[in-house]
Amino acid sequence: MTVSNNYLQEPKGLKSWLFTLDHKRIAILYLVGISLSFILGGILALLIRWELISPAQNIVGAETYNRLFTLHGAVMIFLFIIPGIPAAMGNFVLPLMLGAKDVAFPRLNLTSWYIYMFGMILALVSIVTGSVDTGWTFYTPYSTQTSGAVVAMTTAVFILGFSSIFTGLNFLVTIHKLRAPGMTWFKMPLFIWAIYATAIIQILATPVLAITLVLLILERTLGIGIFDPAMGGDPVLFQHFFWFYSHPAVYIMILPAMGVISELIATFSHKRIFGYRAIAFSSFGIAFISFLVWGHHMFTSGQSELASMIFSFLTFLVAIPSGIKVFNWLATMYKGSISLEAPMLWALGFLFLFSIGGLTGMFLSTLATDIHLHDTYFVVAHFHYVMFGGTVMAFFGGLHYWWPKMWGRMYNEFWAKIAVLLVFVGFNATFFSQFILGAKGMPRRYWTYLPQYTRLHGFSSIGSIIMAVGFVIMIIYLLHSIFKGRKAGTNPWGSLTMEWETSSPPPPQNFEKDMVLTHGPYDYDKAVPNKN
Amino acid sequence: MDHSENRPAYLAHHFSNIAQQADAAKLGMWVFLLTEVLLFGGLFVAYSVFRAWNPEMFYNAHKYLNVTLGSINTVVLITSSVTMALSIRSMQLGKRQQTLAFLWSTLLLACVFLVIKYFEYSHKIHLGQLPGKYYTFTGVQGTNPHIFFSIYFAMTGLHGVHVLAGMFVIIWMIIKTSRNMFSPEYYTPLEMTGLYWHLVDLIWIYLFPLFYLIG
Repeated sequence: MTVSNNYLQEPKGLKSWLFTLDHKRIAILYLVGISLSFILGGILALLIRWELISPAQNIVGAETYNRLFTLHGAVMIFLFIIPGIPAAMGNFVLPLMLGAKDVAFPRLNLTSWYIYMFGMILALVSIVTGSVDTGWTFYTPYSTQTSGAVVAMTTAVFILGFSSIFTGLNFLVTIHKLRAPGMTWFKMPLFIWAIYATAIIQILATPVLAITLVLLILERTLGIGIFDPAMGGDPVLFQHFFWFYSHPAVYIMILPAMGVISELIATFSHKRIFGYRAIAFSSFGIAFISFLVWGHHMFTSGQSELASMIFSFLTFLVAIPSGIKVFNWLATMYKGSISLEAPMLWALGFLFLFSIGGLTGMFLSTLATDIHLHDTYFVVAHFHYVMFGGTVMAFFGGLHYWWPKMWGRMYNEFWAKIAVLLVFVGFNATFFSQFILGAKGMPRRYWTYLPQYTRLHGFSSIGSIIMAVGFVIMIIYLLHSIFKGRKAGTNPWGSLTMEWETSSPPPPQNFEKDMVLTHGPYDYDKAVPNKN
Repeated sequence: MDHSENRPAYLAHHFSNIAQQADAAKLGMWVFLLTEVLLFGGLFVAYSVFRAWNPEMFYNAHKYLNVTLGSINTVVLITSSVTMALSIRSMQLGKRQQTLAFLWSTLLLACVFLVIKYFEYSHKIHLGQLPGKYYTFTGVQGTNPHIFFSIYFAMTGLHGVHVLAGMFVIIWMIIKTSRNMFSPEYYTPLEMTGLYWHLVDLIWIYLFPLFYLIG
């Protein structure tokens, strides 16, 4: 390992970072922006839980509360979870996994980051210029009438969308054109397949959100009347447009997470992944179905009964590819030699929580039960089990897994286990109680509630504090490890994918030589990984 | 790692050869065009929905669009696509001056398109045929005629923005061509500009009948 020649150290200076075309540095830049967004969104969530610890006013009034949950949603979705795994982790490992020297369009890659930062700043500007209280869905007609910085926030989301589109486009072309010699489609790591399916959704769905937001902005500024029933427009059309993007968008959030989980399960079970093709194709199955299910957000919005039935049926179909993945991961672990390092603990947390999140999705896609559960805490809990219990668990699993590659240092394994445990326990306390709250009829987005919900709300709030403690511990030991951590070897986990064949951290050009694939990504039965 | 002695300046470090670089650019551009189609797709859906709900109003309102100007603009844009394609052909044959001439003609035709659009717009603004709540015109029979003009301005406006963006890219190509940065071996940016320009043209070819030739 040549310490003098790694991407973190050469070239030096702030300017060399701000104008870098190196995908690894751009990944780090993204990681900084995404981490700050996660911390901001997390603080907003804690404020929400603090306010809800009792029905009375604890820290904020009802209007501020509306702004808090809107911001929490918008920041977490558009600034953290959508770019999270693809832009930060994908940028770092995708070219390394392919044995490539960079992504196909390095300048576009840097541009995406600047667009992301610009969108982030605009979103922050909207907070100080009146904030938004519409919820992250910006439903009309409320969003065209309420005071506040709706235009600033929607413009921010519009801009962030382009960052997402360009990242997806860049990765898709990279996967097609820059694979190392010998890496055929079915010798790609499953993370790459997941990123590919994600890219397709980013490319096909995000432009529709862009035009929807343009129409919303025009509606608010010029009153074009397309979404205004008083002028012959249709507010439900906005919902159709919005969910045509935003339902596939939740698969933009979960698919890369599933890719990370495939890597983690195989590596830490030290076994060939079970059902490689099934996992790869199920990503595309999910991507395909994702475009056909947006109407399940609108069961109570007045669409026709027939449409609701069709959307309900199509939504059930999502369970098939999702189930295929979960069972294949379980089958991979079966008779594997599982080692329970921190990344694997995050992955196991994912399996457990995502399964609950997925199954409760079935409750919500059933028409009759949805009428009862619609817009209650049950939906909030379901969403957080899938997004937090799914994507965020995978994000941190992946972050710990690739941390040694990114920084050349190991984090503290003991504290890492404490952190994942606290987050797992705190998460279940926070959100499982919300399933019960929702089933008992507690509506979402309310600032106060009836006295009978007090105990469960209090339980949920305590859970959120446990989670926060876990994350604070994590931030401390991760930052500490960058400077003081034990030096990491080339392949600390004994993995077979290509990113572990170069030094940690990698040299600026990624590999010392031109890479050729010599074994499949999961050939644990044939090749012996060089663990060090 | 280092084969810099036989690598031309326009071949980026992470590609192994020109063909790979050109293929990547082409795939990327086609994917980008796909996103453009979907961006306009939302508006085409809005158009279909409101036309299905108000067929007679759409018919009555479309009479206030100037078919002659619309037709001239269609011819102008199609011609500009031809000159764009010819500029690429000229570069393939290594004729730099000819490439420049064709690029300038494309730019000029784009200007003509926008000037005609400007006259159409100002005429409508003058009559009060404006989107949504600014609509003051009283001549159109049927309910909510402002919706027609909302969609008309949204779609042709977004298309106009794309024409404008295309003009900047063409100017950039003119600069690059005059600086001798293209050759018969390397003219990928020129080709990508052509693809984009043809899409802008193609979208107009759909917009024209949908607005000007109803009924």
